Amino acid sequence: MAVEVRIPTILRTYTNGEKAVPGEGGTLSEVIDHLEGKHPGIKERLIDGENGTSDLRRFVNVYVNDEDVRFTGGLDTSVADGDQVVVLPAVAGG
Amino acid sequence: MLRIDQATYDAIIAHAKRDHPNEACGVVAGPAGSDRPERFVPMVNAAASPTFYEFDSLELLQLYKEMDARDEEPVVVYHSHTATEAYPSRTDIGLAAEPNAHYVLVSTREHGNSPGPVELRSYRIIDGEVTEEDVSVIDETRSQT
Repeated sequence: MAVEVRIPTILRTYTNGEKAVPGEGGTLSEVIDHLEGKHPGIKERLIDGENGTSDLRRFVNVYVNDEDVRFTGGLDTSVADGDQVVVLPAVAGG
Repeated sequence: MLRIDQATYDAIIAHAKRDHPNEACGVVAGPAGSDRPERFVPMVNAAASPTFYEFDSLELLQLYKEMDARDEEPVVVYHSHTATEAYPSRTDIGLAAEPNAHYVLVSTREHGNSPGPVELRSYRIIDGEVTEEDVSVIDETRSQT
């Protein structure tokens, strides 16, 4: 499944400055693994893999076709050909 | 240095006073690469908290899509502190994810919702490093749509 992945400014150091890169996979998890293959280091910025579990980082938002994946199955969210995946860091603080 | 027009400066402070004792937050968007904060966009603090702020995730997406369509970027990201000084907290520093933005902090601890001067300061936050910068208020009203 070919998708488009939109990359936020702060992660464009991994994509040679590209705002959007092609992605592949049937789930968000697979898309991120594919992304890591092309742009090593980026996965660690998206996923918290500590304690043997693996989940999106709390302050990273990912959307598939404008839906926040936290409400659609997280990393297991399925993606289809032509879908758009958007990554946006939370704007948050104390 | 942050250069910001008087109307936008006043709008940030008014928002902070209005939302006190909760933290207020928002951005001022401007043409990408221009460093000109032109379009004031107050956001809802989804955390509705006196000690934390976070843009609602779907409103965040809408905002970034809108900026993208207009070829804008968040020139200013602002929020208020309601009990402490206008200096980035550890959380602010850890979560700062816009290396090109001026992070504006406002403190409403002195006067809360009431009239009175408000501290407004600006910072760059890059890779965990905070650098304060001067704020220059320019007396020029730009379009605010």
